Amino acid sequence: MITTVETIEARPRRGTELLLLFFALAIVLLAWVDTEIANRGAVPAGLATIGGGLLAVVLLMHLVVRWKAPYADPLLLPIATLLNGLGLVMIHRLDLAAGNFGFEGDAFRQLIWTGISVTVAAGVLWLLRDHRTLRRYTYTAMAAGVLLLVLPLMPVIGNEQYGSRIWIRLGPMSFQPGEIAKIALTIFFAGYLVQTRDVLSLAGRKVLGFTFPRGRDLGPIMVAWAVSIAVLVFEKDLGSSLLFFGLFVAMLYVATERMSWIAIGMTLFAASAWVAFNLFTHLQRRVTLWLDPFSAASLEQSDQLAKGLMGMAAGGLFGTGLGAGRPWLVAFAQSDFIIPSLGEELGMTGLFAVLVLYGLFVQRGLRTALGVRDGFGKLLALGLAFSVALQVFVVIGGVTRVIPLTGLTTPFMSLGGSALLANWSILALLLRISDQARRPVPDSDGLSEVTARRKAGTPYAAPAPDGPGQPSARKTGAAVPATDGGAGQ
Amino acid sequence: MTELSLTLLRLGLLAMLWLFVFAVVGVLRRDLFGTRVSRRRGRAPLPIPSAGRIAGPGTSGAQGGQSGQSGHGGHSGHGGHSGRGIPTRLVVTDGRLAGTSIPLTPAGILIGRNPECALVLDDDFSSGRHARLFQQAGQWWVEDLGSTNGTFLGEGNLTTTEPVGIGSVLRIGRTVLELQG
Repeated sequence: MITTVETIEARPRRGTELLLLFFALAIVLLAWVDTEIANRGAVPAGLATIGGGLLAVVLLMHLVVRWKAPYADPLLLPIATLLNGLGLVMIHRLDLAAGNFGFEGDAFRQLIWTGISVTVAAGVLWLLRDHRTLRRYTYTAMAAGVLLLVLPLMPVIGNEQYGSRIWIRLGPMSFQPGEIAKIALTIFFAGYLVQTRDVLSLAGRKVLGFTFPRGRDLGPIMVAWAVSIAVLVFEKDLGSSLLFFGLFVAMLYVATERMSWIAIGMTLFAASAWVAFNLFTHLQRRVTLWLDPFSAASLEQSDQLAKGLMGMAAGGLFGTGLGAGRPWLVAFAQSDFIIPSLGEELGMTGLFAVLVLYGLFVQRGLRTALGVRDGFGKLLALGLAFSVALQVFVVIGGVTRVIPLTGLTTPFMSLGGSALLANWSILALLLRISDQARRPVPDSDGLSEVTARRKAGTPYAAPAPDGPGQPSARKTGAAVPATDGGAGQ
Repeated sequence: MTELSLTLLRLGLLAMLWLFVFAVVGVLRRDLFGTRVSRRRGRAPLPIPSAGRIAGPGTSGAQGGQSGQSGHGGHSGHGGHSGRGIPTRLVVTDGRLAGTSIPLTPAGILIGRNPECALVLDDDFSSGRHARLFQQAGQWWVEDLGSTNGTFLGEGNLTTTEPVGIGSVLRIGRTVLELQG
């Protein structure tokens, strides 16, 4: 068997991106019109104004991408736009049900936050020319991440709401610093693991087919575990705790290619979950609700999960239609339970489309990680994409009773400014890395270029030559034997 | 607004959502980049697009064999050294990779069994880093990199760096290579 390897260069596809952006915006406006007609029987008055405003925001972001990251992935931005827009429509729909119109409503606040988030994302893309710059701030990112995590525990600004201490309040503004901490810690994990992965993956001894790390190399995972336990105990935030630890274990696994890290991580997680379950009553309540939400004992505590399930059941295959269901019956229908709200009004068909969109978003992130040539970029793109995936799993798994319900936000959709800001920043970072991944390699040295390109497909990438490349349409073909026996004389 | 138009609007929205999903997947399918690895057995026709001008996909197997033979017999005819013109690609005319074609990049081409080579040979008689083709002052040169079994340009064993042009035939182990315009 002989294999032939050839290099295919990515095309910028900015035109495709623009078309898909128009498409996404059209769907969002159609959804809005649908809601208004079903609810108030008329096409919304501000359709032209709001539609024009959204178009302006979308075009601004597109132009910044076209100018500052011309080779960036063409699908990330349209998918995020559509998800954000659908979230806005659903929040507005719940505003209508609650009688909040115009500037009073949550949708207006979310709209303002969308504008701020897109501007911040454009700013990140503008100012950050090369994602490798972030590697210099590895330990700064760690300090910032940990600081942001403990901010809600501070006496004056910390604020406890709904049983979790994850907010800070400054005057009229409240903010969840944990959302930004997620990005800072991903940068830290990527920078740290790219430095230490050789030690973490090579040393160790083999037991039962697993290569276990040495005792002293267990340090980092124990620290990550301790931090996530601290978040769980002091902030009572199961979701964030799960997210940080899962993110670290996933990045550790990708950096080292060792199954044993996953085994160790799972064991630590299971052990701490068991201990926490026995110590904290609020966790026991969550598990009771998860196992049997319709039992009398569960309904006494909270009927949120049960009502969410009933809502999705009422939606059926094609949904009641936007504005025709009763999603407001569920508590937090616009934030934690926005997925059941969508499930009720768009049905399983619509909900699956949303799920596929999340899947495609994560796929583009992982594809970026595969394509980019430097190890730091790979781990960073993977971490960002995985954090979105894990968050979607935890939220949707929670409301559909796959796992116990935890309070995490649905990326791009849930009501909440800090989450939106964090997710748009993640999008900006992914766009920046994908621009680097898809940009043709500068044609300075043909031999090392072929080598670097070949290695780009494996987890261990050769460092890419610095500086921007010029586009070249040339294709390099090379033939390699399928087996590895061909190396050496 | 009638019930019917509302239903149409509702279903239309779902249809648009899925249309968007399929549009995204469609872009994703066409948006391939990176390295493509295609597998083939023996001398099956090659799917390399750049080889299209040399031989059509349907005939490349047979033609590969033919030109390989003419390569063996044709040395005395035009001779390995007498190539004129600037070649643009290197074609394997005989051996296990027959039919493979790679463009000659300005930076040169390394030939051998090592995976780092631009042309990785599947030939037991070639060395890891066997020979090098490079361009200098508008002329292509071939150089043997101290291989075990030697590199042949035409009939002669390569001892020094030699100029090559269109039609020059190189033999490395069982593999015959030809420079083409």
